[in-house]
Amino acid sequence: MTTTRDRETPAPGGRPPPARPGLRERSDRTRRRSGRNGVMTGVLTAAMVIAVIPLVLIVVEVARRGLAVIDFGFFTQPEPPWRREGGGYVAGFVGTAYIMAMAIAMAIPMGIATAVYLVEYGRGRLATAIRFFTDVMTGIPSIFVGLFVYGLFVVGWGQLQFGTFVASIAIAIMMLPIVTRSAEEMLKLVPDELRNGSFALGAGKLQTVSRIVLPAAAPGLTTGSMLAIARGAGETAPLLLTALGSQLLVLDFQGSAQSALPLQLYRGANQPFAPGIERAWGAALCLFGLVLLLTVLARWIGSRSPQMMSR
Amino acid sequence: MSTATDPRPPDQRLTSSGRARFADPLFRWFVTLSGTVVLVILVLMVLRTTQDAWPIFQSEGFFGFLFGPEWSAGFSRNEITGTYGAWPFVYGTLVTAGIAIVIALPLALAVAFYISKIAQKRLRNGLSYSVEMLAAIPSVIFGLWGLLWFLPNVLRPVFVALESWFGWFFLFEGPVFGVSYLAAGIVLAIMILPIMTAIIREVIAAHPLDHQQAAYALGATRFEVMSRVILPASFSGVVGGTMLGLGRALGETIAVLMLIGGSQRAGTSLLFAGDSMAAHIAATFQDASPEAIRGLMAIGVALFIVTMIVNVLARLLVWRLGRVTGDAAV
Repeated sequence: MTTTRDRETPAPGGRPPPARPGLRERSDRTRRRSGRNGVMTGVLTAAMVIAVIPLVLIVVEVARRGLAVIDFGFFTQPEPPWRREGGGYVAGFVGTAYIMAMAIAMAIPMGIATAVYLVEYGRGRLATAIRFFTDVMTGIPSIFVGLFVYGLFVVGWGQLQFGTFVASIAIAIMMLPIVTRSAEEMLKLVPDELRNGSFALGAGKLQTVSRIVLPAAAPGLTTGSMLAIARGAGETAPLLLTALGSQLLVLDFQGSAQSALPLQLYRGANQPFAPGIERAWGAALCLFGLVLLLTVLARWIGSRSPQMMSR
Repeated sequence: MSTATDPRPPDQRLTSSGRARFADPLFRWFVTLSGTVVLVILVLMVLRTTQDAWPIFQSEGFFGFLFGPEWSAGFSRNEITGTYGAWPFVYGTLVTAGIAIVIALPLALAVAFYISKIAQKRLRNGLSYSVEMLAAIPSVIFGLWGLLWFLPNVLRPVFVALESWFGWFFLFEGPVFGVSYLAAGIVLAIMILPIMTAIIREVIAAHPLDHQQAAYALGATRFEVMSRVILPASFSGVVGGTMLGLGRALGETIAVLMLIGGSQRAGTSLLFAGDSMAAHIAATFQDASPEAIRGLMAIGVALFIVTMIVNVLARLLVWRLGRVTGDAAV
């Protein structure tokens, strides 16, 4: 700084020397550029803040309104008519647990088996097609899956009517690509040395996969499956067309309309009576808590496993 | 060297016995079969829904169906008596998804760049965590929060202000209903932000570090490195991520259903209530006649075709970068 200052002060008794930019002096252009850099850094920071605000708002509001409603009865009683206070969402809790149990039993083994195929055998066109369409399937509108299951099973070839089983098929279809994708990534991370070592000991493919590869990838597979469960538990649109909804507890395997937490929450939020809306907030807190728990737990298991990608 | 004394290899031990001989081929068939299930499901989806929707397409024509301005479902059991023009819903879907992309794309770019290039290491994990957490929230909670808190407390005052300042402009014409294309689009933008951010972040991470360092060495500022070095090179990935977000926005049902208002007017103002394809299916399904169900199936097929095209294009664009894209927010 001192050098530039010195040059600017006129020499005694003479004209100032022609201005020559010093090394540390910045031209207007540079100053503009660095100014813009500062401004844009500010803009990006502001955008980051804006992007985080909705999450905070949702968490605060759901927690505030939800906590006011939830008590023991919320988990054990069926829902009364919307205009009446009290009662709970037992139908939704049981329905979601029932549907999810069946969907998990379908989607996770099948998803992991598909991933095993893709990683252990998958070469050629079939594997490429499966990989590509699994990716594409993550983007299929959930309402369309509902329409499909309705058309195929509820009224079409199956004639099964609405019910728990049909709903779980729809949810399983939503979960399948998520399980497959994450399981494939996890199986790919199992080093080939393990497989070769197992083959060298005389193990077959089945033994290698079931005793070596799957156990080695277990934490990662758990992570992916839990994220898929979290996603499946919150699905509403396919359930509208397959489970249909009920305010009372339903334990039928198939054939009578089943309830589910998101479904009951949707119905409660879409009607004008305050008690019903309050219960919907309670259900939102429970659903959010469940999804949050699954997601955080999944990430925690994933981060503890050495296999997990260093994302 | 004891083996040298025994010239015969212990071949009995190497041949597998009974069950084990079939285990591997069977296993192979089993996993191949479950792999093909995905393809079977997709084919069945297309066949089944198209078959159900066929009479509608026959009576209206595919483009007549898409662009027909009037939807009045009939009540017949086995013939087509109503008029099925899905334009109000197609229009609503396009408008809400468009609003969502216009809001989410700059935000996702900014957030992705902030997290990968500006934020300190300590902050980085927490920030990306909180953005990904948005992807985990079920859409019905977005709908509930949007309808009962965000709309009355934040959006409605903004809409009223918009209407009073820009009411002369056709996009912001009144009256303000609250539930509207704009409300649905804004909440959609929040919902698709995570997947777009996740993909743009991966694209940024894939950009070679030496190019960036070269630019710094030439005296570029951080913003110039981001906007003139990384961004042009990641263009196809950004477009792919945007299209994946678009695919989500087109197919989103419940949150849109709760915020769009369910009107078939297809007005030009963003503050008017409207209806989207997915929302209309969900809203009218319960009381639909067998004939109307066919109409809804037809909407579903059209929606499927559009999202499929968008998704396939997006995947093709991002596939070149390696396949991991977007896993943080599937």
